[in-house]
Amino acid sequence: MHDIFAAGFFSSEPVHTALLVGAVIAITSAVVGVFTVTRGQSFAGHSLADISVTGGSGAILVGLNQFWGYLAFGAGVAAFMELIGIQRKRGRDVATGVVLGAALGLSALFLYLDTESSSTTGATVTVMFGAIWEITSSTVPALIVSAVLALFTVLALARPLLLSSLSPDIAAARGVPVRLIGAAFLMVLAISVALSAVIIGAILSTALLIGPAAAALRISKGPIKAMVTAAAIGTAATWLGILLSYDSHSWPPANSGGWPVSFFVVALVVLAYLATYISGWRRPAAQEAEQHSCSPA
Amino acid sequence: MFTGLMLNTWIAATAVAIIGGVTGFFAVLRGSTFAAHAIPNGAFAGAAGANLLGFNPIAGLALFSVAGALGIAGLSRRARHDVATALTFVLMLGIGALFVSWSTEYAQEAYSLLFGEVYGVSTNEVRPIILLGAISIMLILIMFRPLMLSSAMPEVAAARGLSPDLMELAFLVVMALATSMTVPVVGALLMFSLMIGPAAAARSFTASPVLAMGLSVALALVSVWAGIVLSYHTSWPLGFFVGMFGAGFFLLGRGWAAIRTTRVIPLH
Amino acid sequence: MTQDLVNLDHISVRLGGRQILSDVSLAINPAEFTGLIGPNGAGKTTLLRVILGLQQTTEGTVTRHATVGYVPQKLLIEPDMPLRVKDVVALGIDGQRLGFHLPSKQRRDRVDAMLEAVGAQAYKDARVGELSGGEQQRVMIAHALISKPKLLLLDEPLANLDISSAHSIVSLLAKLSKSEQIAILLSAHDMNPLLPVMDRIVYVAGGQVAVGTPDEVVQSDVLTRLYGQPVEVIRVRDRVLVVADA
Repeated sequence: MHDIFAAGFFSSEPVHTALLVGAVIAITSAVVGVFTVTRGQSFAGHSLADISVTGGSGAILVGLNQFWGYLAFGAGVAAFMELIGIQRKRGRDVATGVVLGAALGLSALFLYLDTESSSTTGATVTVMFGAIWEITSSTVPALIVSAVLALFTVLALARPLLLSSLSPDIAAARGVPVRLIGAAFLMVLAISVALSAVIIGAILSTALLIGPAAAALRISKGPIKAMVTAAAIGTAATWLGILLSYDSHSWPPANSGGWPVSFFVVALVVLAYLATYISGWRRPAAQEAEQHSCSPA
Repeated sequence: MFTGLMLNTWIAATAVAIIGGVTGFFAVLRGSTFAAHAIPNGAFAGAAGANLLGFNPIAGLALFSVAGALGIAGLSRRARHDVATALTFVLMLGIGALFVSWSTEYAQEAYSLLFGEVYGVSTNEVRPIILLGAISIMLILIMFRPLMLSSAMPEVAAARGLSPDLMELAFLVVMALATSMTVPVVGALLMFSLMIGPAAAARSFTASPVLAMGLSVALALVSVWAGIVLSYHTSWPLGFFVGMFGAGFFLLGRGWAAIRTTRVIPLH
Repeated sequence: MTQDLVNLDHISVRLGGRQILSDVSLAINPAEFTGLIGPNGAGKTTLLRVILGLQQTTEGTVTRHATVGYVPQKLLIEPDMPLRVKDVVALGIDGQRLGFHLPSKQRRDRVDAMLEAVGAQAYKDARVGELSGGEQQRVMIAHALISKPKLLLLDEPLANLDISSAHSIVSLLAKLSKSEQIAILLSAHDMNPLLPVMDRIVYVAGGQVAVGTPDEVVQSDVLTRLYGQPVEVIRVRDRVLVVADA
């Protein structure tokens, strides 16, 4: 019978870093994700994730930590998207897909050049699937500060954001600068994507953004409960992912170095979402329908 | 540049471009570009799994792609479409990540599955590719007229007894087969560019369906052929060129369409 | 004497090459119930947006001396929007401000009182995205009124409601108008549900308006002038029909 916590888990330095940074990032992504899903901007998140691949691989090429690449490219594209007015709710545009294709093509080039210039081949894995065990102590402050900044901003903007999701016209009539708020939110989204990309990889980062939020929205009614539930789900998935990945060092297949954290996090997040479909988790909609079908129209 | 391993590459790439161009034409016509994003992600996981188990990767690809296609057909009816599809995408990529991490050449395999491997088309892969290509062409030829009708005018087709669901399923299966061929050459992440870029561009240049399909194939062929030559001389990955050409042709098409419409000024 | 709440002075609005409104003058007086009536596409929504400040005018001036509450046309709210009815109404207090407020009994009581006034108490914990059209209407009215505006604008609130729901909403609005001394400006393409409560009517057609009491405005000659083509007003029992002359 294995221990639940494999030997050395609590004393390992990389584990400490992973748990701390992972939690902070998971909480930020989850809360930002609640607004992303509510505003129907999941696709924007996906686009930013693809762009982050290019940014991250480019950063490694010039010798920077991939986080700066994620951040720079993500923020740049967010600004661009705002300028040309892409805030479409359901836009799986061919144009966007093709442009993202070019960005991914560029990533292919950057990653190839990465492996040529350095002797390591790790760039692909780092950028695609995350590098939670390799977070350098010099990057930790930057990650935490960015996360706190993003979280603080989205919480400060929470009410105008909710109001403009309800009705942009009502918000505008009450003096909310709707476009400005939207642009600020897009920036926060770019930062969240960059942060998630550090721990589970750029192409998988939407899992931490959308998964916990989508699950929380199914089971929580009010805004505060939704954010807290999402944060809890995200953190649980991340911590459990870190634990399972650490434990899996001794699992088959031999010499694989353990299963990736990103796989566990994605799988757990999807499981959590599916779990909300089990009847009984959702507040009984049938009861409520009865309740207010009797009230005057 | 035209001998030995490179010959395999030329053959495979040509087959891929032809099928990609034709399938992409229908995908753009039907607005099924979402499937073109989703199926390759499943293919990624399938190829990684097949590699692990020692199967011919094309077989694994084909299986997972078809399974993915069937899954997508069912998925597109769910509420909160965007969340369900986003999560499915990442789950398949995550499973692929797991499989790839178990292989002995983690990084290289991840790269080649995601971005393609132009020199990696071994002889035992060329044959399945050509076979799949032939099957896909046959299916498309058989289904051509009903597929055209139900893609362009679904209600009319339905009135004539062509179940739209059946056509959608059949189309997705063809797309899955096309994907299985394409992913080894250009990679899961760039398949969209090869399939959709030329097809979307072709539509901007001509309204005639046959011409558009032909142009779609032509542009796809130019992308891979020029890509192979450039890749051969620079050693840069084929996927990079395919991505650039896809976007380039698309933008050219948009530019052309814009010029055309501004030239049509009503006579005063 | 009593200052008007909003004054539109010879305003015109041109949008996308089309003249939506021409030379429209209108004053909204306190506690008045005004119906903004006209066929679809006549410019009713544009007029409301001008009053709200969401639409620029090409000519003329708009002066406002009051806070304005707004209930837009049918909102498209996803079922999983994380806002309960009471959250929506609370947002009406100060939802445009940044940051957070601390929960207080005073706020809760204020929200409860407003919910009571519109008859939405029964479903105050329900998600706003899961309500019926009529229920959502009441909630949005509560949301608009809780900040105590002097004028309430509603854009086609009756459009998607069945007859009895429409009558309930109209009675509610008339009641609130009297009790809170709030002016109501409500657009509709059918004036009949409003006839019992309208003090004044603003009839919009062809970008122009006729303003006055229903008896003054809803006459064949007035409307014919407005539409620019022969129009007849037919009164059947207590209903009014406006028909194009054959």
